Amino acid sequence: MAMTRKQRRLILIGTGLGVLAIAALLVLTALKDSIVFFNSPTDIVEKHVKPGSRIRVGGLVQPGSIVRNNLDARFEITDGKTEIKVSYHGILPDLFREGQGVVAEGVLTDSRNFVADTVLAKHDENYMPKEVADALKKQGHWKDDYGKAPREGEARK
Amino acid sequence: MIAEIGHYALVLALLLAFIQGVLPIAGVRLRDNALAGTGEPLAIAQFCFVALSFAALTACYVTSDFSVFNVFQNSHSAMPLLYKFTSVWGNHEGSMLLWVLILAFFGALVALFGGNLPAALRASVLGVQAWIAISFLLFVLLTSNPFVRLAPAPFEGRDLNPLLQDIGLALHPPFLYLGYVGFSIAFAFAVAALIEGRIDAAWARWVRPWTLAAWIFLTLGIALGSYWAYYELGWGGWWFWDPVENASFLPWLSGTALLHSAVVMEKREALKVWTILLAILTFSLSLVGTFLVRSGVLTSVHAFATDPARGVFILTILIVFIGGALALYAWRAPLLRQGGVFAPISREGALVFNNLFLTVACATVFIGTLYPLALEALTGDKISVGAPFFNATFIPLALPLLFAMPFGPLLAWKRGDLYGAAQRLIAAFAIAILVGAATAALTKGGAILAPFAIGLAVFVMAGALTDVVERAQLFRQPWPVAWRRLVGLPRSAFGTALAHFALGVTLIGIVCESYFTAERISTIRPGDTVAISGYEISFDGLVARQGPNYREVSGKLIVRRNGDVVGMLTPGKRTFPARGNSTSEAALLTRGFSQIYVSLGDPNPDGSAAMRIYHKPMVLLIWLGALLMAGGGLLSLSDRRLRVGAPKPAKKTALQPAQ
Repeated sequence: MAMTRKQRRLILIGTGLGVLAIAALLVLTALKDSIVFFNSPTDIVEKHVKPGSRIRVGGLVQPGSIVRNNLDARFEITDGKTEIKVSYHGILPDLFREGQGVVAEGVLTDSRNFVADTVLAKHDENYMPKEVADALKKQGHWKDDYGKAPREGEARK
Repeated sequence: MIAEIGHYALVLALLLAFIQGVLPIAGVRLRDNALAGTGEPLAIAQFCFVALSFAALTACYVTSDFSVFNVFQNSHSAMPLLYKFTSVWGNHEGSMLLWVLILAFFGALVALFGGNLPAALRASVLGVQAWIAISFLLFVLLTSNPFVRLAPAPFEGRDLNPLLQDIGLALHPPFLYLGYVGFSIAFAFAVAALIEGRIDAAWARWVRPWTLAAWIFLTLGIALGSYWAYYELGWGGWWFWDPVENASFLPWLSGTALLHSAVVMEKREALKVWTILLAILTFSLSLVGTFLVRSGVLTSVHAFATDPARGVFILTILIVFIGGALALYAWRAPLLRQGGVFAPISREGALVFNNLFLTVACATVFIGTLYPLALEALTGDKISVGAPFFNATFIPLALPLLFAMPFGPLLAWKRGDLYGAAQRLIAAFAIAILVGAATAALTKGGAILAPFAIGLAVFVMAGALTDVVERAQLFRQPWPVAWRRLVGLPRSAFGTALAHFALGVTLIGIVCESYFTAERISTIRPGDTVAISGYEISFDGLVARQGPNYREVSGKLIVRRNGDVVGMLTPGKRTFPARGNSTSEAALLTRGFSQIYVSLGDPNPDGSAAMRIYHKPMVLLIWLGALLMAGGGLLSLSDRRLRVGAPKPAKKTALQPAQ
């Protein structure tokens, strides 16, 4: 059975549109389910972020708040206005320390408690993660020297 | 003095590029052969001056001339000599200079080896290439000048980011750039073809080796980057779907599509308009990648610095080139004549299938990479799109492609026999089922998807072998005949089979790494033993030592299997005083294709230390597959047909469709 040129083209276009439709469906579903929003501790309180949702929290590690017990670590992240308690099991990044800008990803248990499964810290003490810098600026706790000499580097999981 | 020479050489290269951007194209318009022929010497001269400039910067680094700001920022006198060389491109300015150097290098190659190109096409290609060079030379000179002086000169440099002090850095960026920038040739050819309003099979035959070469480098560059991240970042991950990784993966996907569509165009003169579009898109994605990485809109290990002026400049380049090329495409593409017709089930059809899935998969990665940027610009919401998104979109699109891959080469041109191809793949399919079932039996209770994925990978590999077996008619002809047929096969046939086989190899590595990795994270005291995947790893204690520009604390671990010592691991943590930062140095023990991976966490005062220990089965296959893929590309590239290049002019007229 010989197909006309038109039929062939229709099959081609049909297949193409079919694959595109499937891809669009996949993308839309994935965008609904698997993206993670970034919030500062203040955002969590003000925006009433639901407990149980998977988010990223960023800010500075509150000085004096780090409690380590072997691989379990508890610390607070602050944006200068609000704090949130974070618990984490695992090895913290190389430059995780007090006063350092960090981003933690995990699940919110309630508006003040957060269980992180990933902690990101930048590799240079002068550098601040972009989200954290923005959040601090918003709370008016930004010091100009934070932003000086931004360097590359990121510890991650 | 040396820095000034480098600076002036770069300015001269810019002037030459301007001339190269005007004269050859004017020559073509005015039908003046002498004028059109100026492109080659100009391209070669441009390359020489950029090379001089690059050599000058290298000299500044090697002699630790800290009066040059760039050297002060990124080098240290105590750094090993190798890293003094590699830190030339371990920073924004230097890496852009490398970008320009490679661009000029490719331009010079076209000038030197493009002798068999029609004069007009060659002139146009060099003209287009010159405009890309102009924009990036301007970018370097105006926003990222590596030769800026610092007065008074400091005594010591600020050192290179410790993560970048690694042999991985020596190779990853040059290979990646050779890939990125190599696609500029395909782009220049596409634009030249659109300017001329004429394209034929010979065009595809010239473009294919350049695309293939770029693709080989990009494949190696991505693999190197992945392996580097794997052992340097200390997390044992080899691919994070990080925007910067995606930036290199996007041109790889569309470049792979371009390679395949160029085959159709060369063999059957079909898909011309599509091939041109892919050539434009592939280089556009390289530019997008450069923009994402270099503008600082993303913060990652690659964002050397953030300077809005640079972002705006690259964005402008991006818009001018992509917009310009697409506009030219919309205007001129209808002039191109359609080529041969083919049935949906045919080699062409299979290659269209390949292109469809590759480009759609590429589009989903593109959306996932840019969506956070777009959303933040529009609503201010900050989100991160990570692995779950890409696993949910990319993988479902990759699976049909992988399954269809063995069928493609077995289908005939014009009209293929799917049933016949399926029959010939029965053996491959049976092997795949067997291996899949064996995997399921061995890993009972494990992930359900893993045996399927392993089976698919084996199908891909066995299918690639089937292609060679079928072409040589092994098992069907008497051995001597089959042998002669096998030896007589073109190298590109082996190249195809090897590259396809290699994809299966990589897939096995990915599946095993993803599903069967064992992980132990714990605090270990000296004398303790940790058991993982049949190995006993005992901790002997911590040792401190002084490196050239760092201090290191490392753990000593002995690995035993059934009581016999099989190796020693010394994961370390290095502190670099010049920058006050530290890195983890993971230790790896290779057993066959599998690896034991240990990275050191924080050492405690009592001599114990937190450690992350992995057993990663078959993990090396991920990169071995990439190497084999590049090897397949190289085999194809060495094919006589491509090496000899385009047909002679007399033959060419026969190949051209009637105008």
